[in-house]
Amino acid sequence: MEILIYGITNSVTLALMAIGFSLTFGISGLANFAHGAFYLLGGILTWIFLNQLGVPYLFSALISILLVGLLGFLLYWGLMLRLRGLAINEVIATLAAAIVIIEVLRWLGFSGFTYVLPEFIKGSVKIGNVWLDYQRIFLVGIGVALIIFFYLFTHRTKVGLSFRAIAQNERTAISLGIDSDWTAALSLAFGSALAVVAGLAILPLGSIDTEVGYDILIYALAVGIVGGLESIPGIVLASFILGFCQIAVATFFRAQWQTVVTLGAIVIILAVKPSGIFGKYKELEERV
Amino acid sequence: MEEAVRYRRERIDRGIKARSDTIYTLASSRDMLYLLFPRVLPIVALFCLPLLMGGSYWGKVIFYSCIFALLALSWDFMASVGLVSLGQALFFGAGSYVAGGFNHYLKWPMLLTIPAATLGGALICTILLVPVVRLRGVYFSMVTLILPLLFAHLIETLEILGGTHGLLSLTPFPNHWLAVYIAVIAVVIVLFGFRRLINEDFGLVLRGIKDDDRVVMAGGINIYWYKAQAIFISAAVGSFAGALMTHYYQFVGRSAFALDYTILPLAGAVVGGPGSFAGATLGSFILVPLSEALRALGGLRMALYGIILIAALAVLPEGIFHYIERKYHQFERVVKI
Amino acid sequence: MSDEIILKIENLTKRFGGVTAVDQISFDLRQGEFLGLIGPNGSGKTTLINLITGFVKPTAGKITYRDQEITGKAPYTIACLGISRSFQMVRTFHKLPAFKNLIVPLYSPRVKKFGGGKYGERDDIAIDLLDDLGFERDSFVPYKVAGSLPHGYLKRLDLARCIALRPDLLILDELFSGMAMSEVAATLPMIEKFNREGLTIIMAEHRLKELFRVASRVIVLNFGQKIADGPPKEAMGKEEVQKAYLGTEVEG
Repeated sequence: MEILIYGITNSVTLALMAIGFSLTFGISGLANFAHGAFYLLGGILTWIFLNQLGVPYLFSALISILLVGLLGFLLYWGLMLRLRGLAINEVIATLAAAIVIIEVLRWLGFSGFTYVLPEFIKGSVKIGNVWLDYQRIFLVGIGVALIIFFYLFTHRTKVGLSFRAIAQNERTAISLGIDSDWTAALSLAFGSALAVVAGLAILPLGSIDTEVGYDILIYALAVGIVGGLESIPGIVLASFILGFCQIAVATFFRAQWQTVVTLGAIVIILAVKPSGIFGKYKELEERV
Repeated sequence: MEEAVRYRRERIDRGIKARSDTIYTLASSRDMLYLLFPRVLPIVALFCLPLLMGGSYWGKVIFYSCIFALLALSWDFMASVGLVSLGQALFFGAGSYVAGGFNHYLKWPMLLTIPAATLGGALICTILLVPVVRLRGVYFSMVTLILPLLFAHLIETLEILGGTHGLLSLTPFPNHWLAVYIAVIAVVIVLFGFRRLINEDFGLVLRGIKDDDRVVMAGGINIYWYKAQAIFISAAVGSFAGALMTHYYQFVGRSAFALDYTILPLAGAVVGGPGSFAGATLGSFILVPLSEALRALGGLRMALYGIILIAALAVLPEGIFHYIERKYHQFERVVKI
Repeated sequence: MSDEIILKIENLTKRFGGVTAVDQISFDLRQGEFLGLIGPNGSGKTTLINLITGFVKPTAGKITYRDQEITGKAPYTIACLGISRSFQMVRTFHKLPAFKNLIVPLYSPRVKKFGGGKYGERDDIAIDLLDDLGFERDSFVPYKVAGSLPHGYLKRLDLARCIALRPDLLILDELFSGMAMSEVAATLPMIEKFNREGLTIIMAEHRLKELFRVASRVIVLNFGQKIADGPPKEAMGKEEVQKAYLGTEVEG
């Protein structure tokens, strides 16, 4: 029971961390290494609005989500647009952006027990013999909602479909009148906003530490690599595999072994199926 | 309408035959000098600088510059095969820990640990990375980024290989000079070796893989095998740098897998100009002393590298070296339009 | 032409999502044969070539080359067995001098067997090969950067790249597309000569008149299916072939 409940919350947490990254990557083929930095930035912005400026929590959260989304958009419009097409430079630029954001935040000292976001819903409930606080239930709810939203968004709405069209074939999409730069910028904005949503759901469970900027990136990448980056079922499945394995290992062995699970999963998946569980083998296929 | 007299600059390539890629017809000693000067200058500079600096603080900085230059060279080599690594720290850390481990636990002398670390570290990295080369796109970058960070976590949480404290009191170099000159010689050998290798037939195949892997496959060449070889060569250079640093510090800790060892060589290579190897070296020899001079900034240094990287990408994507090279081979004159 | 079957294709099928690009195609190819592969645009010619050379994995079916099954093998393995292909779109290394483009196939294990490993020897072999294909060795053409050469030369460079692999089976994917008439006229005898010297050739082509001059047999594809197989006149006389070509524009 314990494993089941903690496993589910842990898995959904992982999925939440990964979803923004995958969204951006799936749409524009852009690996947003600043994902973790945005997650962190969102949390800290909310804290500033809430505690320094006295804005109500919900508004602070919304403003942060919008601000970071805008930042993602600007990152694309201001920087990535100039580098588009050169894979080397795209990758380096987002990583550099991530480092700038995280290190500046670290330098400003946003770390430690002062920087705690309050829980959205206080209190906890006992399920079986496990106490579960409402925040975790809220987190699972958000996670499930986001995954469903993400799926419907990319498969049903016009914007989402044009996103996927670009992911499949940029040139054809352009010739059909889809503005690829606009959609790519939007995808980065969405991905960044989702990072903040994930941050706001997860961060209240502990204090804010700048180190999470890197950790989130690790987990998002790990989930993506194991599950296959562009696939939603892959992300969900990988989150659950990793999530449950981590909890199981932590329960039966020691909590520290959780990292080993992640590393082991990556190494195994790379050896067995490098494109991830549901990833498409984008190796050679050439269409006529 | 009144025509204003306007001028524009005209750039002309220096007319010497020897600039062709394949035909060498050296006409005069002046041409020889023209070609030799840019090649001899860095060697002389590299060998003289440590003498000028002595064992002072800046003498150490030269050593660090060499280490980062090696890492940048190893990055550049992989990049010229189309593999964009975001984890030079993986190579560096693997080399460091292999050297440190052999020295600490088995008491091997330095003469053994450094070669062992070079080959062993390279082998470990190659085995870890080879499965990824089958995938296109940024997968390779992601995996290289995540692996060193995970290894650092692993060492910390499992408390293996010295855990958070690291492996202490390793064999030091007999003196500062030996360390510096090993590093300098290594940089020179790797720099000119890579430049030579990439223009050999082997290097041609590697560059072909970067440009169009389908054509290379249609030419009957197993691209994965060649990519693996490139990773091995590159990882060997990175691991060698790690092993040197370990013995220089007499210490190896999980910081060997830290992002610093990824981002600084990367910045060096990008600022200097990727694809030429000389650029990577030049970039490292600019950035490392610069970052030492800015030590006062403390934690902001990492952020500074990031800003330098972004600025270099946006403003001068060809890199300093290519810019200088172009200017060296051209002369300008002002002509009336 | 001997009776030895060099390539045997059985029920080869490839689907891309809902589209069946190649549908249940079977045929044999004998040693020394010159096979023309024709059909309207999008009829599956390039996909068929990609399937034979391993660039695309088939959904179903079997490809046998000299009694050895090569279905689903890696492109470089197939290339090393002696099947060499050209690309429809020109694919050269634009930054390299033309003759350096041939270094890649010359470096392959297949050609290494024949020697030529010493420094600079591959360059000589490459220039010899290009000389045969009309890049005069005493002119500047073989030494020029490939990106600066005109389209016709690039196409021939691609052909040279295929020949450099010393193939037993040469597959040409629309070699003549984009070539001027005079260039086609110059290239055609070279290909004929290769065929006379014993090289088996498959040639996908839209320029039917030129193709029929050299091909001893043609296979006509339409919507991924084989609709005719035989000597050019006979195949073109078929009603289905006429229909397939009437609806669409015939190039060349």
